[in-house]
Parts: sequence; C-alpha cells; structure tokens
Amino acid sequence: MKPHLNKDFRFPTNEREMLFGSGGDTGNLTAVNSGWRTFRPVIDHGKCIRCLFCWTYCPDGVIGKEDTELTIDYDYCKGCGICANECPKQAISMIKEEK
Amino acid sequence: MAINYKDLSDEELLYGAKTCPGCGAPIAVRLALKILGARTFVCVTASCLGATTTVYPQTSFFVNNAIAAFPATASTIAGMSAAVEMQGLEDVTILGIAGDGGTADIGLQALSGLCERNDNVIFICYDNEAYMNTGIQRSSATPYGAWTTTSPVNETGTAKGETRIRKNLFDIVSAHRVPYCATASTSYPRDFMEKIAKAKNLKGTKFVHVHAPCPTGWGYPSEKTIEYGRLAVETGLWYLAEYENGKVTLNLAPKVFKPVESYLAPQRRFRHLKEEDFKVIEKQRDEEWALLKAKAAS
Repeated sequence: MKPHLNKDFRFPTNEREMLFGSGGDTGNLTAVNSGWRTFRPVIDHGKCIRCLFCWTYCPDGVIGKEDTELTIDYDYCKGCGICANECPKQAISMIKEEK
Repeated sequence: MAINYKDLSDEELLYGAKTCPGCGAPIAVRLALKILGARTFVCVTASCLGATTTVYPQTSFFVNNAIAAFPATASTIAGMSAAVEMQGLEDVTILGIAGDGGTADIGLQALSGLCERNDNVIFICYDNEAYMNTGIQRSSATPYGAWTTTSPVNETGTAKGETRIRKNLFDIVSAHRVPYCATASTSYPRDFMEKIAKAKNLKGTKFVHVHAPCPTGWGYPSEKTIEYGRLAVETGLWYLAEYENGKVTLNLAPKVFKPVESYLAPQRRFRHLKEEDFKVIEKQRDEEWALLKAKAAS
C-alpha cells in the first residue's frame, strides 16, 4: 500500500495553526508530482517477468508489487525513465503525455 | 543476510519527495528504510535530500525525522542515540543522512567525534560528488577533472575542472576503528541492502558511503542513473568494500576494468577531458586499487 495525497489538508489560516518545530505530522503529502512528467511509463504485463528491478531502482518508489500485476502510482511518478531503461525484458515503454 | 526483493515490504517510508527525476539519493534512502523499518529515527542535514523532503507543508518522510544544521548531522544523531538509550527504547535505529559535502567537508569533525565516541547509530553518506543542492559547487569528494561552477573549465586550457583527487572517506572512517564501515552504490541495491542489514545488527557507529549519481549535476539523461552508477564500479572509479573487525573486504573486484572513457565521456561535467586526462585518471585509479588490494590482502 503506497502513501497517497492528503486530500483533507488545508493551509493554515492564522498563526495559531502554523506548523513549527517538532509540530506537524510525518508523511503529509500535500501535492502530487505528476505534473513534472513528460513521458509516462506503461508496463506490458505480457512481457513482465516480475524480476522487480524496476521496483527496486525506482527513485520514488511508485511501483507497487502487492497485486498480481505490478502497478504504477501515476500521482507521484516523475517519468524519469529508469524503470524502462533497466527492464531486462523491455516490458516498460515511455509514452508521451498528452494534455 | 541474503536479500530477496520478493520478501521486502511494499510500504514506502520515503515518498513524494521533490527530488529531480532520476535522482540517486532517494533510491539509497528508501532502500535503507525498507531494511531498517518504521522504528527508525532519521536526521537529515542541509542537502538535496533535506530540501526536497520538507517542502512546507509537505513532509515526505514517513518516520520521525529532524533537519540538522549543515555540520551537525553526526552530533544530532549522537544526541538522539543518547536519548533513546535513556528512555530504554531498544527497537529503535538512529539513522543520520548527509551528502558528500555534509560528510567530507562541513560535517567531518562531528563525524570524527561520533566515530571516536562510538555512539550507536548508522550514518549514511550519499555521494553525488558535489554540492548539488546549492547549484553544483565542488566538494572534497568531487573527482579529478570534473567541471563544477567553482572548478570551471575554459577554452585555453588553463582551467581544467577539479585539479585534486577526491578525499577517501572510507579510509578516514575506517581509521577510527569503527565496528563497521562500507562503501556501496545505488546501482548494486542488493549489496547496499545487505550492508544496511549488517549495520542494523551491530552496536556502535556504522558508516555506509553510498554512491548516488546526479543527472542534473553530472549532465546525463535521467534514465541513465543506474547505468552510470554501474559503469563507475566497472571502470574502477568507485569500489564496493567493507571494513569490519580491522579487516577490509572487497565485495566486487573487476578482473579487467572497462575503459574510463565509457563512464566519463558521455557526462557533461567531463566532456572537456582529452586523451591525456583519461591517462591521468587511469593512473590514479590503478594507484588507488593497488593500495586497496594491499589492504584487503593483509
């Protein structure tokens, strides 16, 4: 289970609500990183052999291995392309994002 | 301890950091946290990692973490380990993370004190070979010949990038006779995680120096991070070694080194290098390896 965006987060409205010092939670994700991406990785599950190289090398840890097929959390994938470059079966292709 | 990727937790304890795409540092930290688990208290110094994991109001570490001043990682974790001992918490690991500048330059005296006192902590230095967070200034871990903004290159050849060989942190820390000291690379994750697992089970100061390539500072496409990390080891410009019980062990000793050009030439920071510069770098590498092999054999 990957962490996910904290949708309930609201920015503090006055100084009493400000987070200072040791205040505040650990692991509070208030924004996604998906807007950074130019190319998105797409896994061809027919070719995937679950060697988990992509899972290990992913800098952001967005590849999930809990399901029968590997999953990608596109909210936090930055599209660096390491997974596609390191895949021994070329099962991951980088596809241009379109808006 | 043998590491099997299948058995590792899918839980991420570092997530959503604002590092550049393809950064090596979060690979090292998330893999280390997979081994150390959720009962880890982290201290990060001023570095790329410190800046990108705590972009107000976002916090990307899912374990307790503190940000320390630049020279103070080692002294902060020493204090944390003392506090944990006082409170009798036995299942907690204290982890300090600093970059190469925060370890080899600015944080060196605190690190030396930490090793000398032998406080019960793990210190990870992720080495991207310059001060990347402030915009690629040279550090004492910058390799010979590398361009940075403070070791410039000009066309007449009077400025040729970094002119000194890099500081050898592995030797410095192992000279303190710490229980455990190792070098690793993000391109060899199994080796790195085995070293972290070994460090977790030992008492005293454990130091792991992990090579973490930086696409922005080194000048290569973001998908090549793992490839260049691997090439650094295959060309002999980085090595995987361990120091334990007074003995140095080489984890990977290539019989024949790949030519250094294959690693250096494609990077923007080395593109001014000529044939004779590669010769100099090869000579430095061979001298370094002769020393290392002598140490490993004794």
